[in-house]
Amino acid sequence: MTIPAIEIEGLTKDYATGFWRKRMRRSLDNLTLLVEEGEVFGFLGPNGAGKTTTIKLLMGLIFPTAGTARIRGQSIEDVRMHREIGFLPEQPYFYDYLTARELLDYYARFFGYSTGERRERVNRFLEQVGLASAGDTQLRKFSKGMLQRAGIAQAILHDPQVIFLDEPMSGLDPVGRREVRDIILALKQQGRTVFFSTHILSDAEMLCDRVAVLVGGKLRGVGAPGDIVSMEIQGMEILFEASHAEALPRSFAGRATQIGGRFRIEVPEAELYDSLERLRGCGARILSVTPIRPTLEDYFFGLVDHGKTDRLPEEVTVR
Amino acid sequence: MSSMASPAAGSAIGRPVAGAIPGVVAVNTFREAVRDRILYNLIFFALVMMGAAILVGQISIGIERLVIINLGLSAISIFGLIMAIFIGVSLVSKEIEKRTLYSLLSKPIRRWEFLLGRYTGLLLTLVVNTSLMTVGLAGALLYVSRHFERGDASILLAVYFILLQLALVTAIALFFSCFSTPVLSTLYTIGIYVAGVFANDIHAIGQFTRNPAMEAVTRVIYYLLPNFHNFNIIAVASHGEAVPFSLIWQNTIYAALYVAVVLIAAAAAFSRRNLK
Repeated sequence: MTIPAIEIEGLTKDYATGFWRKRMRRSLDNLTLLVEEGEVFGFLGPNGAGKTTTIKLLMGLIFPTAGTARIRGQSIEDVRMHREIGFLPEQPYFYDYLTARELLDYYARFFGYSTGERRERVNRFLEQVGLASAGDTQLRKFSKGMLQRAGIAQAILHDPQVIFLDEPMSGLDPVGRREVRDIILALKQQGRTVFFSTHILSDAEMLCDRVAVLVGGKLRGVGAPGDIVSMEIQGMEILFEASHAEALPRSFAGRATQIGGRFRIEVPEAELYDSLERLRGCGARILSVTPIRPTLEDYFFGLVDHGKTDRLPEEVTVR
Repeated sequence: MSSMASPAAGSAIGRPVAGAIPGVVAVNTFREAVRDRILYNLIFFALVMMGAAILVGQISIGIERLVIINLGLSAISIFGLIMAIFIGVSLVSKEIEKRTLYSLLSKPIRRWEFLLGRYTGLLLTLVVNTSLMTVGLAGALLYVSRHFERGDASILLAVYFILLQLALVTAIALFFSCFSTPVLSTLYTIGIYVAGVFANDIHAIGQFTRNPAMEAVTRVIYYLLPNFHNFNIIAVASHGEAVPFSLIWQNTIYAALYVAVVLIAAAAAFSRRNLK
C-alpha cells in the first residue's frame, strides 16, 4: 500500500479579530482530504475560500486551531518533511537585490548540495524555466511572469515529490499560463504530486486528475473534473441553418436564437429526434447536435451561490 | 521553456551540517546590507572625522587627541546604534511583509535557525562597519598627532565594548520584531537602551527614596534591564587610561548571557507566530 502524498484530517483554522473584544473568525472548517501520489490535484474556490490558509497550514507558516496533516506520511510539524516538498507562494516576491542565479543558489544551500552540484542544478533549472539568459539579472528588474518562473524554479530545484503551487497562473498572460501548464504536466509525467490552488477553472479542468472545491472555508466537493461535470444531460443543443426564421415550425420560432445566418435551439433530450425531423421537414440544415452538460464552472458557481450565506465569516465571541 | 528533465538519479538531498543553516542566512543578510548600501554610512563617518581633524588642529591646542578619540568613539557608537536598532527591528518584519519568508520556511529550515542567521548576519555587518570606522578613527588620530601612544590600545577595548553593546541592542530589536510592528519595536528598543544606560541611576533612585517597596521595584528593574553603563569607557580611552582586565571578561560574559537569553525568548515568541 502506498503512502498518500497528502493526508489532511479535520484541519481547522480560526483567526482572532478585534482589539478589545476578541472574536474568532473561522477561515478553514474541518477540512479532510486525501491526495494520492502522482496526482495533479486542483484546489478550487473563490477569493477568501480558505485555499491559501490551507496551503499555509501545510507549509507550517500558520498553525492549526484543530486537526492534523501529513505529507508523504510525515507530520507537517516535522521540518524534515520540507525536503520532500516544493512551494510557490501566491504572487511570489523574492530578495530583489539578488540575481536569479544567486537566489536559486541560496535556496539550494539548505539542501546540503556540494558547490558543483549546486552550480549544475541552478543552471539546469534556470534553463528549464526559460531564465537562462536572465540568470545574472537582479530580481528587481524582473517582470511578474519572470518572477513566477523564478518562483517555480526555486520550488522544484531540489526535485521534491510533492509540489504546492498557490495560484500559479494568477497575473500571467496566455503564454505564461501555457508555460506553467506545461511545467505541471511535465512534473506529472515524472510521477510527482502537484497540489495547486486556482480560481481559473479551465486550467483545473485541463490539468487536474481530481479537484476539491472550497467555499467559505468548507469543503463542498471532491472528484475528477469529469465526474463532477458528467452528471445528467440537461438538454440538447441543435445548431442549424435556415433561410429565414419564418420558415421554422411555429413551436420553434420563439425559442430559436439567431447568430448570423445560423440558429441555435435547446430541446429536452427526449424530444431530440422529433425536433430534428421537424427541422429537416422545413428545409433546415443541421450543423451540430451537442448534449448540454453542466461545466465545472456551472458546478462551481452553483456551489458558491448555494453557499453564499456560509461565506460570511463565522464569528464567536471569546471571553 | 524547455521540457523538464527527470530528477537527478542518486542526488543526495539532505540538510547541511548542524550550524551551517544559520550561516547561510547570515551571509545573505550581510549581502543584503551591502547591496542595500547600508555601509554608505561610512562616507558620513569619514566626513565627520576629516572635518573634526581639520577643525581641532586649529582650535584645540594640546587636547587634539582627546577630542578626536572622544568624537570618533562617540560617532562609532551612534552610527552603530542607529544601524542596530533600525535594521534590527526590520530583520524579521521585512521578510514577513515582503513574503520572502514564505518560500524560505518551505525549505528544511527551523524558525530559530532563521532568527539566529538574521541576527548573526546583522552582527557581521556591524563588526565590518565598526572595524572600518575604527580604521578611520586611527587615520584621523595619526593625522592630528603624527604618532600612536601606548594608551591608545584602550581605544580598541572601547570599540570592543561598543560592539558588545551593539550585540545586545540588536538582540533586543530582533526580540521585539518577532511579535510587534517595526515602529513599536523601534520605540521599545530605544526605550530599553536609554533605560539601560541609566540602569545604575534607576537603582540609586530606589535606594534614595528609602521606601522598601520602591527599592524592590527599582532593584528588579535594575536586574532585568541590560546595564549599558559599564560598557561606556570612551572617557577612559580618550585619556589613555588602562582598563581593568576584570571589566573585559565581566562585560563579555554579561553580554553573551544576556544575548543568549534574549535570543531564546525571541525564538520562543517566533516559533508559534502565525505568518498571515
